Amino acid sequence: MSTTAPASANALEIRGLNFFYGSFQGLRNIHMDVVERKVTAFIGPSGCGKSTLLRTFNRMYSLYPGQRAEGQINFYGRNILDAGQDLNLLRARIGMVFQKPTPFPMTIYENIAFGVRLYENLSRSEMDDRVEWALTKAALWKEVKDKLQQSGLSLSGGQQQRLCIARSVAVKPSVLLLDEPTSALDPISTGKIEELVHELKNDYTIAIVTHNMQQAARCSDYTAYMYLGDLIEYGETKEIFMKPARKETEDYITGRFG
Amino acid sequence: MMDIGNPSLYRRRKAVNAIGLTWSMAAMVLGLTVLLWILFVLFKNGLAALDWNMFTQSTPAPGSEGGGLLNAIVGSLMIVGFTVLVATPIGIFAGVYLAEYGDRSRTAEVTRFVTDIMLSAPSIVLGLFVYAVLVAQVKHFSGWAGSFALALIAVPVVVRTTENMLRLVPGSLREAAFALGAPRWKVATFVTLRAARSGVVTGLLLAIARISGETAPLLFTALNNQFFSTDMNQPMANLPVVIFQFAMSPYDNWIRLAWGGALLITLAVLVINIVARVFFREKVPS
Repeated sequence: MSTTAPASANALEIRGLNFFYGSFQGLRNIHMDVVERKVTAFIGPSGCGKSTLLRTFNRMYSLYPGQRAEGQINFYGRNILDAGQDLNLLRARIGMVFQKPTPFPMTIYENIAFGVRLYENLSRSEMDDRVEWALTKAALWKEVKDKLQQSGLSLSGGQQQRLCIARSVAVKPSVLLLDEPTSALDPISTGKIEELVHELKNDYTIAIVTHNMQQAARCSDYTAYMYLGDLIEYGETKEIFMKPARKETEDYITGRFG
Repeated sequence: MMDIGNPSLYRRRKAVNAIGLTWSMAAMVLGLTVLLWILFVLFKNGLAALDWNMFTQSTPAPGSEGGGLLNAIVGSLMIVGFTVLVATPIGIFAGVYLAEYGDRSRTAEVTRFVTDIMLSAPSIVLGLFVYAVLVAQVKHFSGWAGSFALALIAVPVVVRTTENMLRLVPGSLREAAFALGAPRWKVATFVTLRAARSGVVTGLLLAIARISGETAPLLFTALNNQFFSTDMNQPMANLPVVIFQFAMSPYDNWIRLAWGGALLITLAVLVINIVARVFFREKVPS
């Protein structure tokens, strides 16, 4: 249960976090820092709580009665688990991309503009610029610039997922949560998204859940290994993969378990 | 030659299969025969009755020759039209409440239960209810009362189809919209309702098809009117009641008109159903 305290600032500081699905405890006493403008990967076998943890960062679980979190998640000094936290504002600052691509049933342009319009009042030309900017950030602009008025559903799976990333980026959040963003994609699309993650960390703090060990090793700066609701080990990715401190971590990473 | 295992077991399986297939085919043929028979009789008598006068003249007085169904066609369109105007917003709002807001809350469960009862309530009871609370109070039949009675049938249909269609929208789509910081009402209107819209429209069309042929609720409410009228405050002619009264009359021209009216309603419902199917198939949410 090591808590790394790197030199740079922390976007999220998790302190004594416990999470419950009804009476089942999904997370136990999590302590960790998510470092600003770095990629933090969460790995571990299915059901270990990595997605659950990610979903506490934007209070996604609050949509479901019966799910609750205790402890602290400090987001630039503010505990987002406070009852008074405005969830819509929080989610506008901490974006999320899901496992399956989820384009909205509207045009590609509207998919991007939808989120932006929620909190900003832009003129038509400003919106055009924002849409282009977001699609460029997500490395999708070249492929869709001539068909912005087509349905988002007409894109391929990999393109849809990049559209979803563009949509999240467009509202200019400070943290981007990626919940197994490539598990439904082919290797080429996966490669593109990984490159994208590498690009995006210049501007955003990224937390990514992945089942793919190579992916964690390739594109993250820090890695957290979780097992059955516990954070087993957390540290710099090269440390975790080269010389993990805990036997369980080593077993998982080398494929002897999980 | 492939090994088929135990030959007697194999023969037995083939025989059971043949019997099962025969029974299901027979059931299918029986159902289809009845449907085609109804359509055949309807078209045979209805087509003979169709002429231009049907659309230009109103229902004839007893003993007079000719006549048409103009007043009944217009009356049906108006009664059903106003029903749809009322039932659509109520039904869709209630459906959205059940799927997006209420979920498993007590209010939602009670609403669902009441809706289900309304769905299976005999339409004649709904007609009597409107008769008691509206017609008997103002002491005259009216088109409004007819629309009210039909709305009692249409609203539950729209509520349940809207809810069911919204539930087909994957939860991940909802979460994705929430993850952008969208408030619940925007998620419901701009994302889920939009994703489910073809299903919702289909539900509306099916509700229209359902109420187009309802006779019992109109008997006690809109009644009938021998003359052309667009006053919803007065008794109003409508196809189902005209068919009901004319079909049992002793006059040949009345019986002929009843067949014509029956064909018109059937064709309208058929067209609505086909449109609903095409609509649903083309834009089914993926």
